[in-house]
Amino acid sequence: MSIFNKAPLRNDDDGARRPRASAPEGAASEAPTPGSVPSRKGSSVAKRKNLGVGSFVLLALGAFVFLFPFYYMFIGSLQTSPDTSVGGAFPSPANITGENYSNINNSIDLLKGLANSGIFTGGVIFFTVVFGLLVGYALAQMQFRGKGFVFGMMLLVQMIPFQLLLIPLYVMIVRDYGLSDSYLGMILPFAINSTAVFVFRQYFMQLPSTLFEAARIDGASELRILWQIAIPLVRPAIVTAILLTFIGPWNEFLWPFLVTKDQAMEPLAVSLANYISNIAATASNPFGAILAGACVLAAPAVALFIFFQRQFISTNIGSSVKG
Amino acid sequence: MSLRSAGVPATGDSAGRAVDQRQAPRKRKNFLGRQPLGLLFSAPYVIFVLAVLAYPLGYAVYISFHQFYFTAPGVQVDRPFVGLDNYISVLSDPEVQRSFANIGVFLIINVPLTVGLSLVLANALNRVTRLKTFFRVSYYVPYVTASVAVVGVWLFLFQQNGLVNSILGPLAPNPSWLTNSWLAMPTVALYVTWKQLGFFILLYLAALQNIPDELYESASVDGGNKWVQFWNITVPGVRSASVLVTLLATITGANLFTEPYLLTGGGGPDGASTSPVFLMYQKGILQGNPDVAAALGVVLVIGVLLIALIQKRLVGGKED
Repeated sequence: MSIFNKAPLRNDDDGARRPRASAPEGAASEAPTPGSVPSRKGSSVAKRKNLGVGSFVLLALGAFVFLFPFYYMFIGSLQTSPDTSVGGAFPSPANITGENYSNINNSIDLLKGLANSGIFTGGVIFFTVVFGLLVGYALAQMQFRGKGFVFGMMLLVQMIPFQLLLIPLYVMIVRDYGLSDSYLGMILPFAINSTAVFVFRQYFMQLPSTLFEAARIDGASELRILWQIAIPLVRPAIVTAILLTFIGPWNEFLWPFLVTKDQAMEPLAVSLANYISNIAATASNPFGAILAGACVLAAPAVALFIFFQRQFISTNIGSSVKG
Repeated sequence: MSLRSAGVPATGDSAGRAVDQRQAPRKRKNFLGRQPLGLLFSAPYVIFVLAVLAYPLGYAVYISFHQFYFTAPGVQVDRPFVGLDNYISVLSDPEVQRSFANIGVFLIINVPLTVGLSLVLANALNRVTRLKTFFRVSYYVPYVTASVAVVGVWLFLFQQNGLVNSILGPLAPNPSWLTNSWLAMPTVALYVTWKQLGFFILLYLAALQNIPDELYESASVDGGNKWVQFWNITVPGVRSASVLVTLLATITGANLFTEPYLLTGGGGPDGASTSPVFLMYQKGILQGNPDVAAALGVVLVIGVLLIALIQKRLVGGKED
């Protein structure tokens, strides 16, 4: 239900015009891997360098504005007493402690929260990858009745605003099915990410259909074709889909907040939010504890994204099919 | 991989006949298509969409026209049809009116800022060759991070004696940003702009790849400076992306919940930063009026659709 849902709608146009534009976020299309720079058109590089200085300053300023709060989050999480002066933005050895982390861990069980977030997110990723690959493959490489309906539905679904579903889903899942305080209740509304389905379909579309026809002639079952031929060829799509599916449930607050009443079931985002709104006021160093919790919540997402960033750029479906 | 190598000669004429031969005995099944198994492969997704997304959509409209109560599982209660009563009580509620005005303020600040900044930054990012990955990742980091986490540091930065106010010194607003009824909503709008910008930069970056370099080259031959190029090539070249960015920024704004809940402590001060979704939570779930909340949801979505149509006219320009 994140805003991310709508991105590839636009990239469909991109893909149609430029068959090699494979990474749905435009990540690969402007891949700045060291090796790729010299291969650019010489004139264009020279021209760009002339224009680069002003842009560079602007970008550096932007990067500071975007990154500083994260740096400050980390510094703040280590301060014995909050120092909000300008000097406080720099680490001072006298004012460093790990106490905030143990304080927040005493109020909300960080490990339990992380585990709940992990199960919630992992469940969504699991359903998305398993069922998304199936439907994505079917939409791209199989001819069957109702295909147009499924495809149209996939596009339309991404337009459904979550706020409209909020009340009926709450009535159904929490009240009618009694799924409050359960992982299934958290996962259900997000179970299959339509954006990921779209990504899978786009990647499968780029594989030559002759490949699959040949396999069918050789008598391979569709499931075997999918498992042994199609999936190995679209591994980068799986990484992409996992990354963009991850962002949704890991960061989701409203829905798990409504579903969980039991503190032991809360994902970390929910327990930290409850700490901020209810408990923080009574703590001795509330900001230190909040920021420590924030670091724990933010770290996996940031680390995952930075770690897979390189792979996200350099893997290009075009080369993996040709190679 | 033996199957794959077999694929190479299969592109020839002989393969075409082979396919036809396989198809012949299957004629009966053609009603379901050449690979009827595709239906089975699609089934889990279709069932998911119908049960978890499509059905509740209709249910939301149903709830909004009835007097609806929460019940324990399996309990049957009378839920009479009440026509437009829920809508009337929503639209005449000053709290709701206030929340829509708040969202209006939010959108007026957030949407132009988002479109302008993300286009300018994407354009700059498209031109530099050094540190490009670093810049792109750093813009993307707020977007991939949980709002709950980042709200923590914004509270810290923008509190009464926070870093922002200590830098501003005597210029610091009083009462401070998030507790000031004039500044609370603009601060929330600024926060959301900052948080979401990286995503929109990526959208624009993808769109910029579609503008041919030759256009810029011929423009510079004709003596057009950077400014002229930006307004006459870049801006029209990414128009369809701009329509999308405006639409998505508007939808995000309409969905606002976490920020008024945490950043301004539940829509404070004194309702100056309540959002419609926050009221849906408050009225529907805390106060047990799901019918009113569902009507509010329907009104909100209709409102977003209307704004989106107007924006498409304004931003889309002649292209349509």
